[in-house]
Amino acid sequence: MATEMAVTGENLRTSVPRASVSAAADQSQPGEKIETHTIGQVTVANPVMTARAVNVYYGDKHAIRDVSIDIGRNAVIAFIGPSGCGKSTFLRCLNRMNDTIDIARVTGSITLDGEDIYDKRQDAVQLRARVGMVFQKPNPFPKSIYENIAYGPRIHGLAANRADLDEIVQTSLHKAGLWDEVKDRLDNPGTSLSGGQQQRLCIARAIAVDPEVILMDEPCSALDPIATARIEDLIDELRQGYAIVIVTHNMQQAARVSQRTAYFHLGDLIEVGATDQIFTNPRHKLTEDYITGRFG
Amino acid sequence: MSKSDATPARGVRQKVAAGLKRRYRAERRFQAYGIAAVGVGILFVVVLFTTIIANGYTAFEQTYIRLDVTYLAGEIDPTGARAPADLAAGNYEGVLHAALRARFPEVTDRAELRQLYGILSGAAETTVRERVLADPARIGTQESLWLLARDKVDMLVKGKVDRKLPEADRALNDREVGWIDALGAEHRIEKRFNIGFFTHGDSREPEQAGVRGAVMGSLFTLLVTLLLSFPIGVAAAVYLEEFAPRNRLTDVIEVNINNLAAVPSIVFGLLGLAMFIEFFGLPRSAPLVGGLVLTLMTLPTIIIASRAALKAVPPSIREAAFGMGASPVQTVLHHVLPLAVPGMLTGAIIGMARALGESAPLLMIGMVAFIADVPKTFSDPATVLPVQVYLWASSPERAFIERTSGAIIVLLAFLLIMNAAAVVLRSRFERRW
Repeated sequence: MATEMAVTGENLRTSVPRASVSAAADQSQPGEKIETHTIGQVTVANPVMTARAVNVYYGDKHAIRDVSIDIGRNAVIAFIGPSGCGKSTFLRCLNRMNDTIDIARVTGSITLDGEDIYDKRQDAVQLRARVGMVFQKPNPFPKSIYENIAYGPRIHGLAANRADLDEIVQTSLHKAGLWDEVKDRLDNPGTSLSGGQQQRLCIARAIAVDPEVILMDEPCSALDPIATARIEDLIDELRQGYAIVIVTHNMQQAARVSQRTAYFHLGDLIEVGATDQIFTNPRHKLTEDYITGRFG
Repeated sequence: MSKSDATPARGVRQKVAAGLKRRYRAERRFQAYGIAAVGVGILFVVVLFTTIIANGYTAFEQTYIRLDVTYLAGEIDPTGARAPADLAAGNYEGVLHAALRARFPEVTDRAELRQLYGILSGAAETTVRERVLADPARIGTQESLWLLARDKVDMLVKGKVDRKLPEADRALNDREVGWIDALGAEHRIEKRFNIGFFTHGDSREPEQAGVRGAVMGSLFTLLVTLLLSFPIGVAAAVYLEEFAPRNRLTDVIEVNINNLAAVPSIVFGLLGLAMFIEFFGLPRSAPLVGGLVLTLMTLPTIIIASRAALKAVPPSIREAAFGMGASPVQTVLHHVLPLAVPGMLTGAIIGMARALGESAPLLMIGMVAFIADVPKTFSDPATVLPVQVYLWASSPERAFIERTSGAIIVLLAFLLIMNAAAVVLRSRFERRW
């Protein structure tokens, strides 16, 4: 660890005082004890996903360094940090979206319900049915609203017949709070909706396959404040049934929607903790500087 | 500049104002260049079309002569048995000669008679024979028939023979012109719609020559080309764009595809000759081989256009599909390909239009031969429209000039129909999403 720090001579990096093993072994921390340089509550009881010593390389670039973190059930965890800190990269490791990038290489272990998702026997297609994703820019398929929702259940064979499928579509749209707005025009193209509606359509599409975890990569960055508020309410409701990981640039948003917050800095996971604690009483200098707006 | 100091701000405003006129002038000049360029383009198109249509529209009319034909039993069926074989072999030329002699009894000299007989096309005999075979009871009776005139008569009637020229320089001498004028005065000469131009194959006699053989040849050839090049091209593009790893091998393939698109088409003809005809022993002059050669030529175009169309599909759609757990093949088939199909069709149209107008590679595989029969299968000897144009353009008969232009009109119409079909298909695919 120390030699690595010496090699990278950046000002900010050298100022990252890595917590020692003993410091991380926080007595208040539930779950297993692990070795990490991250400060705070890295682990939780009965996690749905765990990441241990995850490194990501884009070619020669070391994008994520030794990140370990647990994702709890029925809770929202927010990843915050300055641009290029690796929070989106790490998010995309959780459903192996980085597989589509040839030069990306992931080491370490990430588990979903105790199974290693990077295991050779783990199928990426099956994994993505269990870990859904909502992207930064609303990206509905250029098909009808109905087809957008029905696509996932259809390719995964979740609906036995048309009635089942109708049911799934309706439930998903209800859960996403979009049903009342679109129930009369399910045949209209998904792209004809407004930006906020499109993003809720994408959320409905993600929950149509009933995943265990939903990853959201800055889901509101392309939306106006009203649409953002609706999505945030929706995230809060969805927490009842799903584990949600949200990457955001908006600290107020992180404070509003999440129960836990993780602060990333230049590929390192600096600090994790209850959202209240992170925003009111950050333990690391970098976290504090970022939260108070000194950089970012 | 600071807000408190007003002078530099005014200076900026003045400098901008001083340059404004020049900027707008430059813009107007630029627009004028553009309009001029478009204007020149339109002018050339108009000139081209005017020339072709002015030369070619007469090819769609043909001159007929009405003669009172007596079905002479002695010439048609000397034995009197009325056997179909005998009737088919009857001397119908004699019947026609008799009819012409009856109309112009003053012509007796052998040389003059030969000229007189020459105003009718060889196809006139066929007309009379078919009348008799249809109803043998006509033998012995007389009937007024419209018969196809020879090409030089046709040219005279269409005003394409200059009557003021000295007799020796004309295709028809004064006597022949006199006969035609006499027939015309009796309303025995008429220009009719030239059905034969669309139903006949090629012929050495201009008045009997038609484009059907070439149209069918082009149709068969393009069908082979389309059926092979579109699926292969799209499959290659999808693989290279969506699945192939980026390494030295795929780089080499990519460079080669781009190079192949620039290879002169006659080289593909040579390749086709060496490979399909010499090595695989496929028939010469056949649309099958022509289609194969044109497939080789069209493939790079379709692959390049299809790859561009695939590249233009926004990555967010792929991410959305992957994120939903679609497999790579499902992502391509369900989402990427439908969005790329219109662009791929554009590539296919460009490729097919080029293939339709191509003659050089087909010369190498023997599709330049004179073929009178209309091809019925993919392996029958055939020629294609551009080659037909070339063949007629190099024929000495005056009447082939209008047919050349006529064939060009048919070629252009063929192209328009093909493009229209592609546009319809494209708009359907675009709406289907």
